[in-house]
Amino acid sequence: MTRIRKRTTAVGATALTGAVLLALSGCGKADMTKQTSPFAAAAGTKTVTLSTQTWVGAQSNVAVAKYLLEHELGYRVDTVQVDETPAWDALSQGRVDAIMEDWGHPAQEKLYVDEKKTIARGGDLGVDGHIGWWVPKYWADKHPDVLNWKNLNKYAKELKTAESGDKGQLMDGSPSYVTNDKALVKNLKLDYEVVFAGSEAAQITQMQQFAKEKKPFLTYWYAPHWLFNQLPLKEVKLPKYTDECAKKGEKDPESIDCAYPTTPLQKFLNADFAKGNSSAAKFLKNFKWTTEDQNYVSELIASQHLPADEAAARWVKKNPDVWKKWLPKK
Amino acid sequence: MSAATTSPATTAPGTASARTARVTASLRHGALGKLLILAVAAAVLVPLASAKWASGTWPHALTVDLSGPFGDASTWIVDNRDTHWFFVYFLGHLSNGVVVSVRAVYLCLLALGWTGVTALVTLVAWRVAGLRIAATALISLLVSGVLGMWVPTMQTIALMVVSVLVSIAVGALLGLAGGLSDRMFRLLRPVLDTMQVLPAFAYLLPFVMVFGIGVPAALLATVIYAAPPMARLTALGLRGADAGVLEAVSSLGATGRQRLLTARLPLARKELLLGINQTIMMALSMVVIASMIGAAGLGDRVYQALASVDVGAALAASIPIVLLAVVMDRTTAKAGERLGADKSAGPSWLRGRLVWPAVAVVTALAVVAGRLTGSLVWPTASVIDIAPPVNHFKEWMVDHIYSGIPVLGGTADWAAGFTSWVLNPLRDGLTALPWWGALLIVAALAWVIGTWRTALTATVALAVIGVLGVWVPSMNTLSQVLAALVVTLVVGIGVGVLAAGSARMEKILRPVLDVCQTMPQFVYLIPVVALFGVGRAPAAAAAVVYALPAVIRITTQGLRQVSPAAMESAQSLGATRWQQLRQVQLPLARPALLLAVNQGVVLVLAVVIIGGLVGGGALGYDVVAGLSTGDLGLGMIAGIAIVCLGLMLDRVTQPTDRRAGKGA
Repeated sequence: MTRIRKRTTAVGATALTGAVLLALSGCGKADMTKQTSPFAAAAGTKTVTLSTQTWVGAQSNVAVAKYLLEHELGYRVDTVQVDETPAWDALSQGRVDAIMEDWGHPAQEKLYVDEKKTIARGGDLGVDGHIGWWVPKYWADKHPDVLNWKNLNKYAKELKTAESGDKGQLMDGSPSYVTNDKALVKNLKLDYEVVFAGSEAAQITQMQQFAKEKKPFLTYWYAPHWLFNQLPLKEVKLPKYTDECAKKGEKDPESIDCAYPTTPLQKFLNADFAKGNSSAAKFLKNFKWTTEDQNYVSELIASQHLPADEAAARWVKKNPDVWKKWLPKK
Repeated sequence: MSAATTSPATTAPGTASARTARVTASLRHGALGKLLILAVAAAVLVPLASAKWASGTWPHALTVDLSGPFGDASTWIVDNRDTHWFFVYFLGHLSNGVVVSVRAVYLCLLALGWTGVTALVTLVAWRVAGLRIAATALISLLVSGVLGMWVPTMQTIALMVVSVLVSIAVGALLGLAGGLSDRMFRLLRPVLDTMQVLPAFAYLLPFVMVFGIGVPAALLATVIYAAPPMARLTALGLRGADAGVLEAVSSLGATGRQRLLTARLPLARKELLLGINQTIMMALSMVVIASMIGAAGLGDRVYQALASVDVGAALAASIPIVLLAVVMDRTTAKAGERLGADKSAGPSWLRGRLVWPAVAVVTALAVVAGRLTGSLVWPTASVIDIAPPVNHFKEWMVDHIYSGIPVLGGTADWAAGFTSWVLNPLRDGLTALPWWGALLIVAALAWVIGTWRTALTATVALAVIGVLGVWVPSMNTLSQVLAALVVTLVVGIGVGVLAAGSARMEKILRPVLDVCQTMPQFVYLIPVVALFGVGRAPAAAAAVVYALPAVIRITTQGLRQVSPAAMESAQSLGATRWQQLRQVQLPLARPALLLAVNQGVVLVLAVVIIGGLVGGGALGYDVVAGLSTGDLGLGMIAGIAIVCLGLMLDRVTQPTDRRAGKGA
């Protein structure tokens, strides 16, 4: 009796699974790369989803774009926070419509823009991004020669921390940021240990803490960033960036021995969204401002803790001549 | 994860004294023999191994590089995601189903408006769990609104509703299978046991790999994470049914199905409700963590606030999470308690047959009222911004204790000291340990405390780490886990002893512990860095804060359950308070203390990845890096290594004797 029951259960289970599978495939295709977020556009039909990255500069772009799309063009805007590389994936799937600030992802660009054609270029953001090594101004003023990499070893002792052991500490940030620091330290024969703060939040907090005590530090950092307004930093000169060095680095990332390039930051749009030629797509393609504009908004968000929307509103009120040009002609 | 694995009901150590006796007895008899066998085996194998491969860290010849295959797999998925039948006809529908159902719930919540949702939740809580909890629910929802978190809260609730329903369905089905068939039970048990040990983050990567970022991946990861307790408790409940009752029912001529529906399931309802309770708590913690892969809602707000180093805003988003957790926990727990008593709660008009129509009518009235006043979403005029004062307080606190305090030094100095004097030697020691030595130690520890099976699992787990080629970072992570564990145990058991001794102390502690356990782990990030700088010390501090509540709780309970008779007799023999504690209470509470150690290990390990965000480096950093750069090989290998570390530590600290009662 039990055996029979077991068999019927087994048969039943198999039949049920089969039925579910059949029912699923009966509905036809379901391309999950075309599905959007369940929270998107609950209120209206005209909607745009923007990817916002963790750093504040990117949040400022998104805040202003969002404000104008909502107030001038009547869209509803959703934002999704994801890291850079996954954001490319999301953009190609149409889960987000645009990335407002990209620092250069050649591999992704090749795959999605050139080969699969699921992502379209959206033009310059107007802001130049630069990565480098920086020290606090208060320290550089006292020891001006620290601003050349050749003298860094002299100061290694001063930059020791518990984490870096008997070497100097070079602080790096989030793992998602582009960095060659380990190779640089090795190839330039520097007496330093790269310590990863693990997230930008942790890195900023640590820098502010050092600054409060006027302690020296050496950190991987990037411009534009709102932190410069609060905590002035000076860049350490690394060996000059050349195309040869970059080419060499592309083949073997371990061999890089020159500074980081200065990149004009790019916008990218989902290909279907761009082709749709909606007023939002046109607006986002036209969106172009300067480093000062971006810093103005970032500063309001990050150090005065204004809500992003309000910070954007203030900038918009002050600079109508800048953004009026972005609106598509009717 | 903490709230679930350590909720009071599961961790009650049961008949303490009987077990202690058995554990000690088995230890005394077995340990020597086992060690002897191991020593002999080592004497034969070690020279062979070290002759063939060098000692020191794991030999390179014995590693397998998996990053290539992982990379290929991920490229294949990206290339075929929109064409291959498996994606288009199966996973696509799965993901679509998730999106559609979450959206449906979300739109319903928005349509009810804040008045409707508040009325509905309060009334249901009143009916199910009584006036006090209804009041808590009401206040919690209002607070969420006042903090300006209404929409994210609704998003989180929508995710929760869907993921909890699916988890319960999946868990109950598995549990049913396990409860009715012995073979199924034996098959499920080790799987469920293992899943309970894994840190939540480890579940995220594979789902991101297949589904990409977004709600479907987040929700499915949540289901996998939250279903095991339901399955385990359902199976246990069904198996634990009173044999006499079952006999009686079958002698009345009931068929198998009738027996199941009329006797076994009703008898197991307490376990079923406990299962639901745990599933809800685990789902909530996972929904928050899943914000890292694009699940919107409260977790996302926390995550975004942290990006601009804004503790205040992060706290504003965390408070509704904690409140949601408290309300859901208390409601389901209370519902479970009331089941036995069989008396319904609530005012007279909420009783009897008319209950649900009454709830519906009042909710509808509230919805209409909300619509008339024209505010479906919480009115922005009544939002209070708590961020500035919280940030000021944080600054003030940090300024005063960061460094330069005479004699004590500041927190920064402690962190530096901890790193140089504890973490560094420990890490260097573990790394310098020859690999076969590490395997032997683990085998010995696990065998002495458990059976040859657990010893084998532990050793194999450690060996897998070596094979994956992440031996050195794993030893680094292990050193952080051990250091954090020791601090957690010293502080936790100390506080637990105090709390067990005074009812008032316990009363004060309880809400604090509740909050610590449900606060999203992200929130600790900035205060911890502000106090301890960047590095491994703050990572350890975050782990201690996270694991402490569970250890305190289990210790307190264990000590409380020591039989009063034993205490009485000790007292009458003239023992001082200290003697009582040391010679009667602590030895008798030994199983509870062992459980505290085990839970401490599991929880500390769960924070390893958060540690990666504050400079903990090693495996945690690799997982974060893998998640954020889409380097699935790196992330998956580190994730597997963390899982193996977890398995190994669990087996080393878990006496087999206790396993029979675990989860019951």
